[in-house]
Amino acid sequence: MQFIKPDVNIDFIGKRKIAFIISSVMILISIASLIIHGGPRYGVDFAGGTLIQVKFLNPTAINDIKSGLDTIGLKKSSVQMFGAADDNEYLIRTDKSLMTDREFSEEVSQALKFSTKNDLEIRRIEMVGPQVGKDLREKALFAMFFSLLFITIYISGRFELKWILSGVMAGALMSAVYFLSLFHVSTPFLIGAALVVTLILFWFLKLKYAMGAIVALIHDVSITVGIFSICGKEFTLPIIAALLTIIGYSLNDTIIVFDRIRENSRKNQKNPLHAIINRSINETLSRTILTSLTTLTVVVCLFVLGGGIIHDFAFAMIIGILVGTYSSVYVASPILIAWQGQKKQK
Amino acid sequence: MKKFSWRLVIVIGVILAAFVYVLPSFKPALWPHKKINLGLDLQGGMHLVLEVDTEKAVEGTVERIAQELKDQVKKERIRNISIDRIEGSKISVIIRDPDNVAEFDKLLDKDFKDLRILSRSNDGGNLVITMDLPDKRTEQIKKMATDQALETIRNRIDQFGVSEPDIRRQGEKRLLIQLPGIKDTKRAKELIGRTAQLEFKLVDETHDLDAALEGNLPPGSQILYQVKVDALTHRTSKTPFLIKKRSLLSGAYLTDASVQIDSQYNEPYVGIDFNRKGARIFERITGANVKKRLAIVLDNKVYSAPVIQEKISGGSARITGNFSTEEARDLAIVLRAGALPAPVNIIEERTVGPSLGSDSINKGLISVCIGGILVVFFMIIYYKTSGLIADFALILNILLIAGGLAGFQATLTLPGIAGIILTIGMAVDANVLIFERIREEMSLGKTPRAAVDAGYARATLTILDANVTTLIAALVLFQFGTGPVKGFAVTLSLGVIASLFTALVLTRAIFDYLLINRKIKTISI
Repeated sequence: MQFIKPDVNIDFIGKRKIAFIISSVMILISIASLIIHGGPRYGVDFAGGTLIQVKFLNPTAINDIKSGLDTIGLKKSSVQMFGAADDNEYLIRTDKSLMTDREFSEEVSQALKFSTKNDLEIRRIEMVGPQVGKDLREKALFAMFFSLLFITIYISGRFELKWILSGVMAGALMSAVYFLSLFHVSTPFLIGAALVVTLILFWFLKLKYAMGAIVALIHDVSITVGIFSICGKEFTLPIIAALLTIIGYSLNDTIIVFDRIRENSRKNQKNPLHAIINRSINETLSRTILTSLTTLTVVVCLFVLGGGIIHDFAFAMIIGILVGTYSSVYVASPILIAWQGQKKQK
Repeated sequence: MKKFSWRLVIVIGVILAAFVYVLPSFKPALWPHKKINLGLDLQGGMHLVLEVDTEKAVEGTVERIAQELKDQVKKERIRNISIDRIEGSKISVIIRDPDNVAEFDKLLDKDFKDLRILSRSNDGGNLVITMDLPDKRTEQIKKMATDQALETIRNRIDQFGVSEPDIRRQGEKRLLIQLPGIKDTKRAKELIGRTAQLEFKLVDETHDLDAALEGNLPPGSQILYQVKVDALTHRTSKTPFLIKKRSLLSGAYLTDASVQIDSQYNEPYVGIDFNRKGARIFERITGANVKKRLAIVLDNKVYSAPVIQEKISGGSARITGNFSTEEARDLAIVLRAGALPAPVNIIEERTVGPSLGSDSINKGLISVCIGGILVVFFMIIYYKTSGLIADFALILNILLIAGGLAGFQATLTLPGIAGIILTIGMAVDANVLIFERIREEMSLGKTPRAAVDAGYARATLTILDANVTTLIAALVLFQFGTGPVKGFAVTLSLGVIASLFTALVLTRAIFDYLLINRKIKTISI
């Protein structure tokens, strides 16, 4: 069985301008959504606060839960249904995080029992203090940044044999970030600046494979974050794990295309670069689609069957796989041609 | 032929090793190896991060030094001098009589060398000296406080009896505590978080309590409360006591604490024994204060304030206070394990009930099975016999991840299961790459054997490159992650390594066997 015939020849590179517009629009929408919502919507992991998952024996009205929470001074808490409707499970979230008083979970349980006249079980409590939330936020940003950095070192080393150059550059960036973090520069700003500097350096050092890969990754992550923001979903630790996996996955795709480009450009050096790239994408197209399909299949299984706690994680992965597949074809590879245009101008 | 046999040996060896590690998780009786650890999110339990208030430990030390200084000044009969702890961890000395300055300086030089003098000024005829501890010493106290808190809490948890607790230091002054399977979280938190500072202090009977309650607090005394909860009505009552600030004896001199039952009222109490030095102090203070009331204060709460009837020798005392047996037992544990050097605050808490944990396991396993079956069918339909080989590799892949988890004693969490599911999707990728290559080579007209050789040769490097990057992301995640996320990084890394092995070594061995030993002429791919 074959989905894609071996002699397939689609002109991907020719449509790169359209792809560029689509990508830009999606990224702009993502940024716009983030600005409108005042930044990403942080879960308790990053914002601090308390999350309580309660399971009732019988169906319960949200208003009864809310009135019960009112009586113990948790007026501002949000209550939402969790999982399937017949599970009678609810998530209660409050901004208060200093409820380490010993009686707290008992207090909530008593108050809810009284207001809903229903037996219940507190299944999960997550309390994160504001300082811990802030620390985790910074750690998450650093994790994203460093994984991007290490990956790009690997790519420029493997594809362009510029191990030392990229290593020195990464070392300089890392020490600059470390040095600035000593002065308490705000982390998001720091990482943002570091990324911009990285891109500029890649451009001038002509590390084109690394450049292609990192642009594709930033593209994937920002669109996934944007869609999360549009859907009003919360950022939690598992979502960061999902984003890092998307980075790894999307790169997987990108590298396989790059690998073919490298092989083909060695074989026939006379052909123009865009023809080689286009051929390489076509040759690997069958594999790209197959792998995306199988991975998508299992992630959709996880999304449907995995239960409430893993739901958002699976959702992020689904978006990431779709966007990652698109970006390795339409974003990462066309960037390799960017330098060619520059040469012609000279 | 030779090449083929070493592959086979490795494959069989690895499979056997994985079996050896995995089996005890399902049949524990077979051989004694540990099971796969389940994370707190799967088996239920409590995850706590505590912050030690190390500043308070410094204040405590400074307070003790100030007290010693006062005692020395009194002993040397230096008069007209006041010594106080101010602004948390500073000592202020005001000397009103200029004649005493030389004597005081002598005392400082002799016995209090490690105090750092911050300022020394004349204020209307009075000499004001402010002192504190040097930074190095402060750092040392803070570090000791965290270490000691860790030890004390570990002791308490060991005595409380939790199977396989994980207690470790996290950063400068944080402690990470994981208590798997714990049900009574409230009691555990109470046990862990209690400072358990036991002190014996005299009740100030020379001043009026009512006047003190109105804000007219006599110097050297403080108001502390006795809190009682009625077991039947759940009412709490608070009784104020005017207590002298000075601590006569502390829990540091304890050797043992145990639950005993009062024969008269049939009520549990905690009996404590002092060591020899403590017993001597206890004998002295009770002897010197007969007919006065001695308050037993725990964490600034009065437990009882009996009148001393006579000098008590022998070095044992009892703490009463309407305890339930459970409360008395926990109190005995914290007293035995010792006081925390500084208060601790819970800054992160995650509790998962056991029923939610087993729900998560079930849902996770169902997703793994359904996802796996779909992929298996897909591969057979798309690649026929070769697909079957890839499926075999896939199943072995899962076995290898499980073996890796058990072998490294890593922890399986819910995101970890997600990692396994993801690996199922990605594991076939390596085989897809190889198969697509083989198809390409065959369409160029190569023989099956040449096509397989070329396919593997070409795809190997690509597969390595593609997987190293995923591995990099997984390793960063491992560094950054806590608990569940770390579990995800572990299964993802194991999955990547396992899929490299199954794709590059295992399926190759099978193809070689078919092509060389069975001498088949065509491959169905």
